[in-house]
Amino acid sequence: MSDLAAKRFPRPTGLRLLDWGLGAWTALVFLFLYGPIAVLIGYSFNTSKLNVVWEAFTFRWYGELMRNEPILRTLGNSLVIAAAATVLAVVIGTTGAWLLHRFRYRGARAIQTLICVPMIMPEIVMGVSLLILFRVASLELGFASVILAHTTFCFPFVLVAVQARLQGLDPALEEAALDLGATPLRAFWLVIVPCLRPAVISGALMAFTLSMDELIISFFTVSPASRTLPLQVFGMAKVGLNPMLNALSAIFVVTTVAFVLFTEHLKRLAAR
Amino acid sequence: MQALPAADAENPHARRATPMGWWLLAPMLIWLALFVVAPLLILVVYSFCSRDDLGRVVFDFTWTNYARVFDDTYLKILARSVGYAALTTLICVAAGFPAGWFIARRPPAVRNRLLLLVMIPFWTSFLIRTYAWIAILKSEGLLNATLLSARVIPQPLELLYTPVAVVIGLVYAYLPFMILPVYGSAEKLDNALVEAAHDLGAGPLRAFSEVIIPLTWPGIAAGVLLVFVPAIGMFAITDLMGGAKVAMIGNVIQNQVFKARNLPFAAALGVVFTLLFVASYLALQWRGRRARA
Repeated sequence: MSDLAAKRFPRPTGLRLLDWGLGAWTALVFLFLYGPIAVLIGYSFNTSKLNVVWEAFTFRWYGELMRNEPILRTLGNSLVIAAAATVLAVVIGTTGAWLLHRFRYRGARAIQTLICVPMIMPEIVMGVSLLILFRVASLELGFASVILAHTTFCFPFVLVAVQARLQGLDPALEEAALDLGATPLRAFWLVIVPCLRPAVISGALMAFTLSMDELIISFFTVSPASRTLPLQVFGMAKVGLNPMLNALSAIFVVTTVAFVLFTEHLKRLAAR
Repeated sequence: MQALPAADAENPHARRATPMGWWLLAPMLIWLALFVVAPLLILVVYSFCSRDDLGRVVFDFTWTNYARVFDDTYLKILARSVGYAALTTLICVAAGFPAGWFIARRPPAVRNRLLLLVMIPFWTSFLIRTYAWIAILKSEGLLNATLLSARVIPQPLELLYTPVAVVIGLVYAYLPFMILPVYGSAEKLDNALVEAAHDLGAGPLRAFSEVIIPLTWPGIAAGVLLVFVPAIGMFAITDLMGGAKVAMIGNVIQNQVFKARNLPFAAALGVVFTLLFVASYLALQWRGRRARA
């Protein structure tokens, strides 16, 4: 095989051969990444409950999913929590990014580092420390505790996304607005915010997805009433296979694909 | 960390913060103080507390919790967690580095499409992705069924709830987190440098170890940090893929909080875990500085 390749591509064979090898390796990596997901989606349409052997095509599991009370209830909780956390994250993240861009703060570097901490801190440490904080503050666990926790790890992602966009923004824009008599607030709202919209939207989508998928931190900060969908799925998956979970997973995957494509589209818009 | 954006100090039009500027930033600073700094400080304080007979936390200064972290049972679990995470990281580097590198070397149109293919698993819930492996690995699952019908094996293999399954689950969950940062550094690397090394007579191995590795180190380091540390504490994957058989530090923390209700001990474990995180971060930084020197 290598001899053949060497004859067909005389020079520089070493590099070209390496490239072929790398390509094949990358293909294997993608097979590894997508194979299991494809199997899962395929089985979500299988009538067999044990889903080893393909029996026949059905939408039954999707139907059962739509009628499953715990799943619907926890999905509702997740949507409420993710929506609230996203709104808070967008407000804190966008204003934070703008202010850090607009003003020179003493200790700006320290602030920036602190903002990165929730993004890279191990989730379990964040979960335990927030749980203890809520105990100490005698805040009853419920929706508020999860929303506070989720906002804390979501807003840095919005902030960083907006910051990246701000770096490419012409500073003359705001000055022009101010020279033309706009108050700083009006200049921010009418000039800066529209420029930042693609970054804010993709940051918001990121925050929403992170919140919807979050398991570990929620694990420590929910109450039975505010249980989220990932916790419900985790509980069901621990018991073993469940065709309803296949259907749910398929829906999750399709939603994620739509989300990624939309974010890419936004990025392309912003780059123009 | 190099992968994170630098502080936005470059804006030449930034003005010195007025009191108004501080007031406007205050909500975010208070949020960070309340929900990032305060919890960590309380965690440290709690780790030195003890419990009374009723299970309430008593504020006295004791090293008992830390002594317990380093007694044989927990030290073994800690070592096992670090071992599994290290193995996971190693496999992720081995699998992810060539892929990230290859994607970065494609023409832009192909590159963006391949990158999209990495983003999708990156953003798909790890829970869903771990669950996918249960269907494949369990004793009456797809892999066993295939191998049985092909008569490769006489009876089903016990794959699920084994250490191998845990590592597969961890690698599967974290692989995209390695590919993306490696891609990030490899994309910035000037191809001329690699060709120059080649033209100057460096073999592929030498070009790799003396040009490619040092120049993509920030990406590798970021990837290692994104894989190694979370993998140590990831109790959900060990629960799903390892059953209750393979206990990791994350499972212990979770048990101490919800079953044993020993918050001070859980706090001590959390502090040790955080220190482990800081140590690996500093080690990677140090290695990076040495590679550049």
